[in-house]
Amino acid sequence: MEELQSYTYDVLVIGAGGAGLRAAIEAASQGARVGLVSKSLLGKAHTVMAEGGIAAALGNVHSEDSWQAHFRDTMRGGKLLNNWRMAHVYAQEAPERVMELERWGAVFDRTPDGKISQRAFGGHSYNRLAHVGDRTGLEMLRTLQDQAVYRGIEVHMECIIHTLLRDGARVSGAIGRLRATGGFVLFKARAVVLATGGLGRLYKITSNSWECTGDGFALASLAGADLIDMEFIQFHPTGMVWPPGVIGLLVTEGVRGDGGVLKNSRGERFMFRYVPEMFKGEYADTEEEAQRWLKGDGAARRPPDLLTRDVVAKAIMQEGREGRATPHGGAYLDIASQRSSDFIKSRLPSMYRQFKELANVDITRESMEVGPTCHYMMGGIRVDPETQATTVDGLYAAGEVAAGLHGSNRLGGNSLSDLLVFGKRAGLYATEHANKQRGEPVADEAQISQAMQEMLAPFQSSGEEGPFDVLRDLRETMQQYVGIIRNEGDVKKGLEAISRLKDRAGRVRVTGTREYNPGWDTALQLPLMLTTAEAVALAALERRESRGAHTREEYPGSDDAFSKVNFVVRRSGEGFLVVKEPLPEMPQDIKKLVE
Amino acid sequence: MDATFRIFRGNSQGGGYQEFLVPVEEGMVVLDAVHRIQEHQANDLAVRWNCKAGKCGSCGAEVNGKPRLMCMTRMDQLPLEEPVTIHPVRTFPVIRDLVCDVSWNYEVNKRVPPFTPGEGDLWRWQQKDIERPREFRKCIECFLCQTVCHVLRTHDQKSSFIGPRFLVRAAGLDMHPMDSISRTRFLKEEGGIGLCNITKCCTEVCPEDIHITDDAIIPMKERVADDFYDPVRWLLRKITRRG
Amino acid sequence: MQDTAARRKGVGKTERRDTWWLQPLLTVVALGAFVAYATWVAFTGDNYWVEPYLSPFYSPLLGGNLGEPVLKLRWWPFTPAILVLWVPLGFRLTCYYGRRTYYRAFFWDPPACAVGEPRKGYHGESRFPFILQNLHRYFFYLSLVVVAFLWYDAVRGFVFDGRFGVGVGSLLLLAEALLLSMYSLSCHCLRHVAGGCVDCLSRRPARYRLWRWVSALNANHGLWFWISLSGAVVADLYIRLVATGAVIDLRIV
Repeated sequence: MEELQSYTYDVLVIGAGGAGLRAAIEAASQGARVGLVSKSLLGKAHTVMAEGGIAAALGNVHSEDSWQAHFRDTMRGGKLLNNWRMAHVYAQEAPERVMELERWGAVFDRTPDGKISQRAFGGHSYNRLAHVGDRTGLEMLRTLQDQAVYRGIEVHMECIIHTLLRDGARVSGAIGRLRATGGFVLFKARAVVLATGGLGRLYKITSNSWECTGDGFALASLAGADLIDMEFIQFHPTGMVWPPGVIGLLVTEGVRGDGGVLKNSRGERFMFRYVPEMFKGEYADTEEEAQRWLKGDGAARRPPDLLTRDVVAKAIMQEGREGRATPHGGAYLDIASQRSSDFIKSRLPSMYRQFKELANVDITRESMEVGPTCHYMMGGIRVDPETQATTVDGLYAAGEVAAGLHGSNRLGGNSLSDLLVFGKRAGLYATEHANKQRGEPVADEAQISQAMQEMLAPFQSSGEEGPFDVLRDLRETMQQYVGIIRNEGDVKKGLEAISRLKDRAGRVRVTGTREYNPGWDTALQLPLMLTTAEAVALAALERRESRGAHTREEYPGSDDAFSKVNFVVRRSGEGFLVVKEPLPEMPQDIKKLVE
Repeated sequence: MDATFRIFRGNSQGGGYQEFLVPVEEGMVVLDAVHRIQEHQANDLAVRWNCKAGKCGSCGAEVNGKPRLMCMTRMDQLPLEEPVTIHPVRTFPVIRDLVCDVSWNYEVNKRVPPFTPGEGDLWRWQQKDIERPREFRKCIECFLCQTVCHVLRTHDQKSSFIGPRFLVRAAGLDMHPMDSISRTRFLKEEGGIGLCNITKCCTEVCPEDIHITDDAIIPMKERVADDFYDPVRWLLRKITRRG
Repeated sequence: MQDTAARRKGVGKTERRDTWWLQPLLTVVALGAFVAYATWVAFTGDNYWVEPYLSPFYSPLLGGNLGEPVLKLRWWPFTPAILVLWVPLGFRLTCYYGRRTYYRAFFWDPPACAVGEPRKGYHGESRFPFILQNLHRYFFYLSLVVVAFLWYDAVRGFVFDGRFGVGVGSLLLLAEALLLSMYSLSCHCLRHVAGGCVDCLSRRPARYRLWRWVSALNANHGLWFWISLSGAVVADLYIRLVATGAVIDLRIV
């Protein structure tokens, strides 16, 4: 039998982005033995890509801001499909988590009186995003990374988890492999925190990194956990559309927050035509009013370019359908006509560089061309709003992989504070859970040997499929059939395609050795990706309405029958069961806040 | 148009160059070409990458002998009439193909004295206070500076020199407006700042345009000189301590 | 067995395709020419003065038979240049930009980035004699004194027989005083003293302004290094040519 490296921890954290690091830090500070597993090198997680800022009602720029206002914006942004208690906890705790980052050495931009500065962002009624130029995610991740290093947390870098292990009904660890050697590694743990991030890589056009393959959704589901809201995938309105190599690469919402405006090929600011009923009266009606807002006129309402992401993404698509798309099929994003060259370079330095170096576009003089790109997964593992416990004993989830906070659409800036608030909570309650366990965690030999066999299978396969060919087809399938605008026929075709791809994935053959073999990694990733993709498609099929990020062509409006339900995707035998469940009811005093 | 790539294939035991032909498209970067090869010609071609946007710093390699991020190296900046050579960075041991073992850097990082705020400080400061630390915190840890630095690359003094990346990190912490400790002794005795001969290759390769030498290393050399090499200051310290 | 260390060693070993050797070559030629010229000037002890101009290589004038010495050190057996030239020489030798330049071009430590080096042992600036580079700040202070005298010489260069006048030489000396001031004031040590040593700059507004100002100059320290060096040679050469009668000083006013 193959040699197996083995580690035992109180708390095993899978994923070393913002949520994973924050969970590990919390668990370590509670005295737990913590192991942190990272699919990439430490500090490379997709969190570094976050640009705009961390939303928290600090009230440094607008003192009227409060957790209640943040709660209200979050709920309304999510079209009230959020788990109210999660949003409640979140809005209350976010400011403290941001202050804590500062205590750990993060250097946020300042207000003139020396406090953390906050910028405007889509869907937030006050300037709320604490930021570090346009590289807030990097600052946050580095600060957390430094804390983790300082606390001596053991990190297993470039380690990919294959399966969660169970001891009876509870999770007792995980097994995976180290990319460098291809050797197998076993983690036994009293509690496991999943913080594996999103699934953008299921789509052809995405802003997401290599790692965001949606492993966590599948790992949890296969271990028996419930998934909810899987139909809600956010397509960010502004991704690059040219050149081909960078299609989907994110253009921060900060561009619009700092004055950038959207225009169609005729040069019209089309967003004025797309203000939804729910937000009528909250956004500027005329360009003149929008210009006054830009100049800092407190009485003017914000421009409709700052509407929530689902609205803006659909507006850009609509302009394209009506023949007003830019040469590469997007919209123009123009900040050059709104702000000085120095302002742009100091507030948006990495955007300036990104366009200069990758597209030969000088954003201080020319417009950018942008279009929707798969950006964020609102849905995911169902968790307890306070403890982040999943429906499986011993398994916790935090960050993008967990669901509930964002409802049907996430506001920009809410994701970074989500990572901090619920990362900390997951670490805390996972430690509590671990402390209650007696004896060492047990790993089941049968599960271990099955996992090892599965991992070695692609080398022994007699099939002919190339791993990257199946991956490419999966991404095209999802883009085409379960993309921004869906209909029943398409989604069904998508499901059929997924089922065919599953067969093909079983016939994938890998060449070469086990050392750092990306073909092998991809081959083993495919079954997990297909599982996650299927869950998304199934949920998309069930929600026969359009709400937030989920748009059904044949049901263009929202339907009250779906306004208070979540779809739960649950593993059942070899397939999935989709169950409609009512949302938790809001207490009266909380309800008042959102009305 | 097609371009020829000479890519290192091998592992810690050795290896050599293998040639690939790749069609070139508009706006293509070197990492696109490597991915294309991986997808169609060599599924097991090892390359480390994450974001493909110059933000994670994973895909460093030596393109035509120069340490660079493959995702930010446009094909139209390279002479394509001759083969494009891609070699893993030479300062760290090869794991496989274009992937190196950079774990040494993570070990060094643990030794840098952490951020240590003073007791009871008022957490208010101005934008002007963060200009300096901010520049250093742009670092994406691609380790290209570590790769090109001749103290590590040619002289292999990894046991006595922490390299530009961690001199920058130490500078960022030292110049943080709320930090209360000095890192000069660490830099002199463990960091090996005296080994840096400020030849600025680190600055030349930095994809984030951090002025590593002028803004981080030289100011730290001056702080070290204040504490250890300034005879007048030394004398003053002696006098005031005794007086 | 893979031996990356062996492959990257050896003088000039590299996979770079560009003309990386051009910069060190030009530096050797330029600095070599300057050193040769300066040595010759320092030891000739002649033609460094022609009313009202004093060669910057001899300023401040501390002896000799020509001009108006500030001090007359009669016991000194060599040319007065040698009494003062060690200051600017030391300033430039310990200059952070100068160090970068000659470590690369003359010591090949390294000749260019990602290019192999000749020597095996390496101690950088951690041992004698290079550890003395840490005294750069004192050369900076001393060179401020020299710069003050250069300004005095520049002003003196506008006084012809007690009257104001302007000759080509006056302008050259003025330019050289200005250039050397820029070179000195853009020094990394001044940047450190001005504000580099302070952590919380907002609490020291005056130092912050000074630091910003020196930092802006410092960005072009290398440029000032080269043009002030060339300026000194041009001024000296001109004075020398006028002194030997090869050219006649052109009076503008």
